Amino acid sequence: MENHNNTHIIPYKTYLYILAGLIALTLISVGVTHVEVGEMSIITALVLASIKSVLVIVYFMHLKFDNRILQIAVPAIFILVGLVIFITFLDYNFR
Amino acid sequence: MENQETTWKHVSFREHKGKYKGILAWILSTDHKRIGLLYFYTIIGFFLTGVCLGLAMKLELLAPGKTVMDAATYNAIFTLHGVIMIFLVVIPGLPAVFGNFMLPLMIGAKDVAFPRLNLLSWWVYVFGAIVALSSLFMQGGPPDTGWTFYAPYSFKTSTNMLPAVLGAFILGFSSILTGINFIVTIHRMRAPGMTWFKMPLFPWTLYGTAWIQILATPILAVTLMLIAGERLLNIGFFDPSLGGDPILYQHLFWIYSHPAVYIMILPAMGAISEIIPTFSNKSIFGYKVIVISTLAIAFVGYFVWGHHMFTSGMSGTALYTFSILTFLVAIPSAIKVFNWVSTMHKASIQLDPPFFWAVSFLFVFMIGGLSGLALGALSVNVHLHDTAFVVAHFHYIVFGGTGFAFMGAIHYWFPKMWGRMYNTRMATTGWIFFFIGFNTLYLPMFFLGVAGMPRRYYDYVDRFHGPNIISTIGSWVLFTGLMIIIVNLIHAAKNGPVASKDPWGGKTLEWTVDSPPTFENFEEIPVVEKGPYDYR
Repeated sequence: MENHNNTHIIPYKTYLYILAGLIALTLISVGVTHVEVGEMSIITALVLASIKSVLVIVYFMHLKFDNRILQIAVPAIFILVGLVIFITFLDYNFR
Repeated sequence: MENQETTWKHVSFREHKGKYKGILAWILSTDHKRIGLLYFYTIIGFFLTGVCLGLAMKLELLAPGKTVMDAATYNAIFTLHGVIMIFLVVIPGLPAVFGNFMLPLMIGAKDVAFPRLNLLSWWVYVFGAIVALSSLFMQGGPPDTGWTFYAPYSFKTSTNMLPAVLGAFILGFSSILTGINFIVTIHRMRAPGMTWFKMPLFPWTLYGTAWIQILATPILAVTLMLIAGERLLNIGFFDPSLGGDPILYQHLFWIYSHPAVYIMILPAMGAISEIIPTFSNKSIFGYKVIVISTLAIAFVGYFVWGHHMFTSGMSGTALYTFSILTFLVAIPSAIKVFNWVSTMHKASIQLDPPFFWAVSFLFVFMIGGLSGLALGALSVNVHLHDTAFVVAHFHYIVFGGTGFAFMGAIHYWFPKMWGRMYNTRMATTGWIFFFIGFNTLYLPMFFLGVAGMPRRYYDYVDRFHGPNIISTIGSWVLFTGLMIIIVNLIHAAKNGPVASKDPWGGKTLEWTVDSPPTFENFEEIPVVEKGPYDYR
């Protein structure tokens, strides 16, 4: 419970920067749909969405200030899911 | 155990008077020990049902042709046997029974983090079980697809698929809730001084298991809903005629169900890691290595699901990848085996029933594990896929591994859970019958598989007759052993001599409290200063 005793105050400015970043990334993800890049369009959309998720998890959900175990566990889970998807596509992309 | 100088009343959790009386005091109890026992009785009930179905299958295979049932009945019985044993017995098995009962005791806590959620898990489990088995009483009968519900047959068969699929879906929630509860309990409620590397190994394995339960189970839930969607709405996820891919189903199913094998085996390994040092009177060899290998199994275990699908038409790249990863996951398992054997090296071993179960676990687990490597090799797998060899292999792992560890755990913690001692001679006799019966039942199936006998067939050609007779006789010997064990334990629970706090000389925290423990376990939360296996 020790991490709950260490209060941390994030300046509003930081939140506003993150909000601006999220809005900008949303606009970019809408914008790139007008560019014809074939299969890469899915990857682009996923990468942009991932960056937005990271910003939300790290700043809005306070992962940055949480204890070390969670700072390792949360990305580890995403890496795990990513690997599962990657390995599945080792089948579909090479048939 | 008598009242000492404090005012602490030593009333066992069984006699503790709560809000409710009679059966309600159990089925509405939020005490982790009562919930552990609720799971125990329910799981044993389902286990015996599954055993009877297994015996019926072996009886059918006693002779070629129709012996006691027709092909359709045989299909339904092996499906039910699989669904009951996997979803209702082995997956919840050790975590739900011994995890619930022992985890708070072993980490020095009064209960799990969310006691009500814990009770809800049991209720969800019972509800899921009722839904899953309701198909038995419906027109059309129980499903006949095998417990894997493979597409496209699972959305084409006229039997009652939906109750089984929905039941497994509901059971998954029970599993997830238990997993969340254990993770939070382990993170938040360890006794002061119990750092991560001072935690006993059984809680460590429960921790690894809990992560798998949380992360893998939702995938199964979604997959089963896709099957339901396919049956009800003809969507076409898996139906090739609608542009779907049946192999996608296999991927999704095994992305959960292979990690589920580690849900089954990790807590079993944890129980063995508790029994062996206690009966060797010696610290466990390589504590940290066992911890790391536990986490490594939990992690790498996610990426090997494709070895169930080597003959289903995956790409070559996927085949090689899954084969290599399968061989990799054997390494941490083997590390554990070496650690257990090294713990016993030059130890003053106490020969009691839990130790016999632990040693026989090693024996059968190694046969199961090594035959798994044979199946993990691509070329051999083509020959052995869907033969009796596979059935023998996974029974050596799931029944031989998890089942033997469950038996070991119940004989090890029985004095703590029931506060009484069983007859060790009778327990040993039961173990001898069980061990001989088990090997007589499953060893011949390896040979049958190599010779080409397919699994899930109620009939076979004459040249397979001999080993099938031996195998069926083995099932009877095993059943005799099981009956001896059950009679012994029921008798002991009622009339056995009162057990002391620490009948085996264990060093973990559960052996410092009363047998059976009081309502909130500890008079004062202990302060931990030493490692968990402080023998010599």
